[in-house]
Amino acid sequence: MMKKLTFLNPSSENLNLFILAGIVLFGLGILDTVLNSFFEINITSFLPWWLNYFTPLLISFIGLHYIRIEFSGIKMLDQLNKNINSNWFNAILSLLVIFVLIKTIPGLLNWLFFDANFIGNTKEECTGDGACWLFIRFWITRFMYGLYPDAEIWRINVAFLMLIGTVITAFFVGPKIKKYIIIFLLFIFPFIAINLISGGNFGLVWVETGAWGGLSLTFIVSIFAMLFCFPIGMVLALGRRSSYPVVRYSSIGFIEFWRGVPLITVLFMASVMFPMFLPDEVFMDKLVRVIIAITLFEAAYMAEVIRGGLQALPKGQYDASKSLGMGYWRMHLLIILPQALKITIPGLANTFIALFKDTPLILVVGLLELIGMIDMAKANPYWLGFAIEGYVFAGAVYWVFCFSMSRYSLSLEKKYKTDR
Amino acid sequence: MSDKIIQMENVSKWFGDFQALKDINLEVSLKEKIVVCGPSGSGKSTLIRCINRLEEHQKGKIIVDGIELSESTRNIEQVRAEVGMVFQQFNLFPHLSILDNCALAPIWVKKMPKREAEEMALGQLEKVQILDQAKKFPGQLSGGQQQRAAIARALCMKPKIMLFDEPTSALDPEMIKEVLDAMVNLAKAGMTMIVVTHEMGFAKEVADSVIFMDEGMIVERAPTKEFFANPKNDRTKLFLSQIL
Repeated sequence: MMKKLTFLNPSSENLNLFILAGIVLFGLGILDTVLNSFFEINITSFLPWWLNYFTPLLISFIGLHYIRIEFSGIKMLDQLNKNINSNWFNAILSLLVIFVLIKTIPGLLNWLFFDANFIGNTKEECTGDGACWLFIRFWITRFMYGLYPDAEIWRINVAFLMLIGTVITAFFVGPKIKKYIIIFLLFIFPFIAINLISGGNFGLVWVETGAWGGLSLTFIVSIFAMLFCFPIGMVLALGRRSSYPVVRYSSIGFIEFWRGVPLITVLFMASVMFPMFLPDEVFMDKLVRVIIAITLFEAAYMAEVIRGGLQALPKGQYDASKSLGMGYWRMHLLIILPQALKITIPGLANTFIALFKDTPLILVVGLLELIGMIDMAKANPYWLGFAIEGYVFAGAVYWVFCFSMSRYSLSLEKKYKTDR
Repeated sequence: MSDKIIQMENVSKWFGDFQALKDINLEVSLKEKIVVCGPSGSGKSTLIRCINRLEEHQKGKIIVDGIELSESTRNIEQVRAEVGMVFQQFNLFPHLSILDNCALAPIWVKKMPKREAEEMALGQLEKVQILDQAKKFPGQLSGGQQQRAAIARALCMKPKIMLFDEPTSALDPEMIKEVLDAMVNLAKAGMTMIVVTHEMGFAKEVADSVIFMDEGMIVERAPTKEFFANPKNDRTKLFLSQIL
């Protein structure tokens, strides 16, 4: 009985035969799926339904079984077997993944590109079955700049071009000039940018923050929050490890308070409650309050990430710095923090990305960044029913920026890797 | 002022309930070389770590070069700038090149101009014979090279006293000699040195006197020859018979 079944056990003796049989069966299985999904043809309809339904899986499973030959000598086949076909369970998982991809990818591509509409200005021109990208096209100015007056949009553009320009030059100049660029970016540029965007002097028209919005607001909020939450988080992390009880306990209290409340509550507090506690003559813009709230919230997370890095440093580093006569601040700024921050680059990037993706929440207090603007556009009576396009667009935009941050953090990790 | 550069009077230190140092009295003259030995846990490291206040003593008095170690941060930093220390685990700064490791403290603590500090650092690295490693990072060096870099780093602060805390214990055997050679050269140049070590060959070669510690006390202190030829205390005899 067992002897008769040897043709079921692939071996390297009849290598070519098994590979051929395997590829044919596997191809048949895939073909069956494709025909089923896109051409409504069922070549196995003569079988009972419960078997019929699983035929593609069965056929390609046997196919994969036939090509599962160890040390076949063919490099590609060995790689394939090792990675997706190492045993029958892996083979089934691989097949299921392949089937799911076959069933979903073409439809998705059709919706996104082939059946989609790109040209035109009114929703009547959306005739295809796919996405109506005219919606994005029509609203793109609002998505980028919110309700900022059209005539003044150049001011936002100038501010961001300046930022991009200086950052790019920083990559190409020597360390001496770089130092001044960093000082400019941290201490001078924010004032220029804010002045430019809000106006009110130098002959620029005042644009109140309520009109700011769209992706540019996302950037304004997240850049300022990132800029401030980093040093605050650093101080909190050091504070939590301080030997002075007052400093230590206030740091712990601060961190645990902000980590314990949801961001949405914090934003409400900043926008609604906080002004009640302020004296009447003190006015603080809502956007400023919101940025401060997000900054403090994220600083608490930042602090814990940095503290993790501090914990990881061996005590010898402290001993060595002290023995060279360094005081607390020199020791931390020159020796401890550079190493701790290096260790925590992945965690820091994580927190920064999370901060960036938390910014849409400011819509609960009436500030409309990208997601907020999309919400507004999709509620427009003429443009009802295009929510999916809007959110897919937002997802793509957010993904591009978050992915860039993630790649940048990886390159930083490589750059500062000095342990070998 | 006496020529006693380090004076310890009745120094005691506790870690929780455990008394690590018991009424230590120790005087070290300028240019004296002292080797401290003893079984592990006897308080040798704690003793020398008290001299630059990496550990705080709770009782008694420590005066280093006329400065009393107390709560005063200024005093502590003054003493630390005069006392160099070399550790068992090297403790080089892994994020800085060997040159920066050496030049960092002179630049930031002594406010020396960068160029001058780097020249001096290169000079010290040459003395310990690792000039060619100056641009590398600590992780790229062998243990012996790292320890010599650590010696150079400490010397860049122009210390009056050098403390060595088991400098060769973490090294592979074939690297011990290169580090000991650097220390011998330093001793011959007239540095005041306190060395915690089990290298009795080194002790015989350079030490003026040897201290034997056990259970947080200085059991015996004698000139080197006498210490090895004619130890008085029974515990010293036992210890020497075990390691020689």
